[in-house]
Amino acid sequence: MDMQVRTPRVALVGNPNSGKTALFNALTGAHQKVANYAGVTVERKEGHIRTGEGRALTVLDLPGTYSLRARSPDEEVTRDAVLGKLAGEVPPDVIVAVADATNLRLVLRLVLELKAVGRPMVLALNMYDIAQRQGLRIDLETLQAELGVPVIPTTATRRRGVAELIAAVDAAAGTLSATAESEWISPDADALRGKAREAERIMKACVKPPERPDTLTGKIDGVLLHPVAGLLILVALLFVMFQAVFTWATPLMDGIEGVLGGFGAWIATVMPDGIWQSLIVDGLIAGVGGVLVFLPQILILFLFILLLEDFGYMARAAFLMDRVMGGAGLHGRAFIPLLSSFACAIPGVMAARVIDSKRDRLTTIMVAPLMTCSARIPVYVLIIGAFIPNEKVWGVLSLQGLVMFGLYAAGIVSALIVSFVIRKIFWRGAVEPFMMELPAYKLPDPKSVAFNLWLRARIFLERAGRIILPLMVIVWALATFPYPPEGATQPAIDYSFAGMIGRALEPIFAPIGFNWQMVIALIPGMAAREVAVAALGTVYAVADPESATSLLGATLASHWSLATGLAFLAWYIFAPQCVATLGVVKRELNSWKWMWVMVVYMFGLAYLAAFVTYHLSVALGGG
Amino acid sequence: MSDTLKLSEARKGARGVIVQVGEHCHHKGDAVELERRLIELGFVEGARVELLHEGLFGRDPIAMKVDDMRVALRRHEAASLTIRLDGTAA
Repeated sequence: MDMQVRTPRVALVGNPNSGKTALFNALTGAHQKVANYAGVTVERKEGHIRTGEGRALTVLDLPGTYSLRARSPDEEVTRDAVLGKLAGEVPPDVIVAVADATNLRLVLRLVLELKAVGRPMVLALNMYDIAQRQGLRIDLETLQAELGVPVIPTTATRRRGVAELIAAVDAAAGTLSATAESEWISPDADALRGKAREAERIMKACVKPPERPDTLTGKIDGVLLHPVAGLLILVALLFVMFQAVFTWATPLMDGIEGVLGGFGAWIATVMPDGIWQSLIVDGLIAGVGGVLVFLPQILILFLFILLLEDFGYMARAAFLMDRVMGGAGLHGRAFIPLLSSFACAIPGVMAARVIDSKRDRLTTIMVAPLMTCSARIPVYVLIIGAFIPNEKVWGVLSLQGLVMFGLYAAGIVSALIVSFVIRKIFWRGAVEPFMMELPAYKLPDPKSVAFNLWLRARIFLERAGRIILPLMVIVWALATFPYPPEGATQPAIDYSFAGMIGRALEPIFAPIGFNWQMVIALIPGMAAREVAVAALGTVYAVADPESATSLLGATLASHWSLATGLAFLAWYIFAPQCVATLGVVKRELNSWKWMWVMVVYMFGLAYLAAFVTYHLSVALGGG
Repeated sequence: MSDTLKLSEARKGARGVIVQVGEHCHHKGDAVELERRLIELGFVEGARVELLHEGLFGRDPIAMKVDDMRVALRRHEAASLTIRLDGTAA
């Protein structure tokens, strides 16, 4: 009777690219909850289903793996969840092994390994429609007999076989014997060979090779993995992606800013002046807006990434980029997180989870904030507009555009150098293996892309919101208290804690050409880089600096020397001026130490770069 | 004459069968781990391989067909695999 009290738990286990998540979505629909596992930063996806008889089941989607021997944090979660060793988790009552029906060999080996765990199991032969289209004949009866587990063909994207799978899981849920003990031990190479041989034998007994094998993947690879054409296509694709991220998102971003600005103005009219109004309008609305405004860019970027991922291109991009990034000590897979970081380092740092090896993941996270995120753009635009003449170089190239390009390039080059140094200093040149499956190309399923996009957006907003909101309040408080004295002549921020800190830090920043107004602006700028623009507006008492960038630019040009302006740009390439990113880094690495390493090295580089820039410019007559 | 070579020395278009996984040219712990990972990814004795693509720089990494799936790896890892090319006697 005990079995009836607790909802039976089902764990989905399978190779990467087996359509496991699509099957999870087909099983649970929108009834899913995404959280983190206790103590680790691996995403925990849980959902609920009801069987035909109305019984409830809890389904857990575990990270894809080839083996229970874990190599990455993700795979450790899969192993521990299956073995019931995960803190705060109950072992599963049923394991559903999810297989790509067109690519069975490796998953059969995994199934043999999973059988040692001693829990009831069901094998879902997913993407069965593709197998049928290829004329691949799988003898389900023999496969079932050989493996000793029920085998259910499914097509998750069309919800085929889902009801049958639920029924089989339900039937298996009752069969767990109370004495079941896991016999799984980490296999050595010879044990793995034995299982691989056994899997091969079962393959031969149950699967007839396809009559119409997939030749399309080979043909597409012939172009996309071509040493020269492949790289050119990758570069073209990136170009289109950036264009899309920066041009398509602009109207949406303007819309969000307009709505939030209007909302803030409305609050200001209905609430009495004072501390609460200031907290809500200047602290919360401005702060949340500063993050929300990047949502359109992040969504467009994620849309591209999801489409390319589902199509099967991302593994190819990692292949093409591996050598280029490998020279700097980065893994080919670091390509995706670093790419995301051009929109915002937060999704970039989170995307670094796809990297198996801890060292490679850490290196990637450490350099991700060096990629020029879109929050730097308002700062760059302001300073470039103020100090760089709007001239043409060789009659065609805009000088301002070239400087902008140079700032992006400086970020990329420094990221490569830093990761090279990290590898040399911390890992002493150890090289992690690079090997990964290149999945067959598939047309992305629009519904699953839309669903995942929505999920990503929700996760981003939840995580960023949870970190950013409290920080915004702190930064606001620093810039607001204490109030200016009666009859103050300077802007209020001068009398605040931020002002005091700014003046106290001024001697430190004087050698790199920063005046105290700039130092004050850097403090609220810690909340998010672009806030520094508004803060400069405040200290120079320029009303509405957002819409009057040119006016603020003119003010800056009259107060700062060229050398100071350039030093400020150099500072912004490196400075970790974004507490939200630092918060995410701390969470993802579960380490204060590495977060502080990042803070120190980035401020160090920022100071050095600004120092060199300032003194070079002064020497060349820009003082 | 048997024509075996390390997979890391194979060129685009080479086809054959894996005859040995694991070649202890790395220091020990790494080599054992690498051997296990290779087997888990389908690089096991008897598997059919074909070298499909090479990267631009140093012809590295390489894309392989291993039985009926496609795998990418660096030549550094491929050095642990010995293959016998087709058309030669065992």
